[in-house]
Amino acid sequence: MVNLKKKALEIRKDVIEMIFHAKTGHTGSDLSCTDILVALYYDVMNIDPRNPDDPDRDRYIQSKGHAAEVYWAVLADKGFIEKEELKTFSAFGSRLIGHPNNKVDGVEMNTGSLGHGLSIATGIALAAKMDNKSYHTFTLLGDGELAEGSVWEGAMAAAHYQLDNLTAIIDRNGLQITGASEDVMKVEPLANKWRAFGWEVIEVDGNDIHALSEELHKQPVDGKPTCIIAHTVKGKGISMAENAAGWHHRVPNQEEYDQAIAELDMQLEALANE
Amino acid sequence: MNKIANRQVMCETLIDEAKQNQDIVVLTSDSRGSASLVAFAESQPKQMIEVGIAEQNIVSIAAGLAHSGKRPFVASPACFLSMRSIEQIKVDVAYSNTNVKLIGISGGVSYGALGMSHHSLQDIAVTRAIPNLQVIIPADRFETKAVFRYLAQSDQPAYVRLGRNPVEDCYQAELTDFEVGKAVTMRNGNDVTLIATGETVRVALDAATDLEAQGLSVRVLNMHTIKPLDQKAIVKAATETKLIITLEEHSIYSGLGAAVAEVVSANRDGAAVKILGIADEPAVTGKTKEIFDHYGLSTENIKQIVTEHLL
Ligand SMILES: [Mg+2]
Repeated sequence: MVNLKKKALEIRKDVIEMIFHAKTGHTGSDLSCTDILVALYYDVMNIDPRNPDDPDRDRYIQSKGHAAEVYWAVLADKGFIEKEELKTFSAFGSRLIGHPNNKVDGVEMNTGSLGHGLSIATGIALAAKMDNKSYHTFTLLGDGELAEGSVWEGAMAAAHYQLDNLTAIIDRNGLQITGASEDVMKVEPLANKWRAFGWEVIEVDGNDIHALSEELHKQPVDGKPTCIIAHTVKGKGISMAENAAGWHHRVPNQEEYDQAIAELDMQLEALANE
Repeated sequence: MNKIANRQVMCETLIDEAKQNQDIVVLTSDSRGSASLVAFAESQPKQMIEVGIAEQNIVSIAAGLAHSGKRPFVASPACFLSMRSIEQIKVDVAYSNTNVKLIGISGGVSYGALGMSHHSLQDIAVTRAIPNLQVIIPADRFETKAVFRYLAQSDQPAYVRLGRNPVEDCYQAELTDFEVGKAVTMRNGNDVTLIATGETVRVALDAATDLEAQGLSVRVLNMHTIKPLDQKAIVKAATETKLIITLEEHSIYSGLGAAVAEVVSANRDGAAVKILGIADEPAVTGKTKEIFDHYGLSTENIKQIVTEHLL
């Protein structure tokens, strides 16, 4: 069994390396949802890098496509791609671009335009129902993304079709590029919105990887899609980036890079001594 | 005159194909009536998915279904499908390469009296600029049937525009095949070429009959596929005839005429190209024939242009 906390710290280090070397990336957005991806890929989802097109695999659609670096780091660590390829991130002609790219094994669909993922995941979950397949579909949305009207079209349809094989995870870090999400466009009362749309809603600390995993493993309520509101800290794991809207897509300079890696190493050391 | 609308032929053909292939599904946005798909819903209820009035959602859901092995046909009014859903078409269908067939119903000025909100006169322009998306407009019921037989087998994303009202036949009988991207020479001739698509093919054929009575030799190309475009047939027409007139139920900008002109202008000593379509304005409202006549998609106007250029 993988040490999830350790894995999440290692993935965070990979993310910082990629962004620092490519001089581009969504630092805050990646670190916010790292624990969510690690929980899904190392503990929850039924996936096999040797058989990425397995018809019975669980599906993951990353609707907040801009958190691409953490996705590439996880896919590389899982063995969908060579770890060496991470060095090509954002380089001319690389497959590893700034958004999910389904030319890469393990990526189901191209995303990047916000507000598409939930509806795509609804289609995938609906197909599973029609074909009596037991795979589960997960999609990850940002909280700023919830201002897109198409999200709510998807929310309505998933409940209408009683897709209890679908889980939407909201990366509720409270920030977006301009500032606090509640200032940019109020989404509260968020849990009640999803409940009103016919979803089963669970709230959890999205950076507590074990608590999150436990919720993701829970049996869904019959006939209802599940919405997990994962309360997260944007930039989690690196003190200078935590809860700082300015780090949404800021690239660390040399000094900041050194400090970020040092902080993550310290956390790894502390974990080893637990 | 034939009283069977192309959309009705679509329904019959889809029922037939869906019976043979359980993966074929039809999605509607409260549009089963306007798409003539009520019979499909009754015949194949398990292959019918209603998403309500949500044109963005319908395309993304279809993309998800296609990604999971289904063969979805999205039937929604062309005016909404080609505008409100265009980002979903670009990203979820074309870019992700999902096998979704987008059927824009009541295209062009089919909803003649309903005004600009319901006219789709920009759909060729936007869809043909999207990579990995075929753009097809059948001319009559025979071609519609052949197109839907083709679509049921094809693995490529496509946008197909259908009109709402019955149109006169352009072909005499059932077509044995449909070759995407290959213009059909409806009539051969060497003085002037009329290149038309969809419901304007009938207009071109009628004009050709009139011009031939005047002693002119008229070529009529049915450009049922706007993308991939049959460049060879266009170059041939530009070389072998002195004038090309394009006809389309679309804005005069960035549609069939523009596509033809792009090809001809790259060719030395090409024929002149005259583009006929709907003027760059909120189109006048009325019946299709009235609107066509108003904007010069008529035998009268074509005769006049030919006279000015050739005689
Ligand atoms: Mg956010």
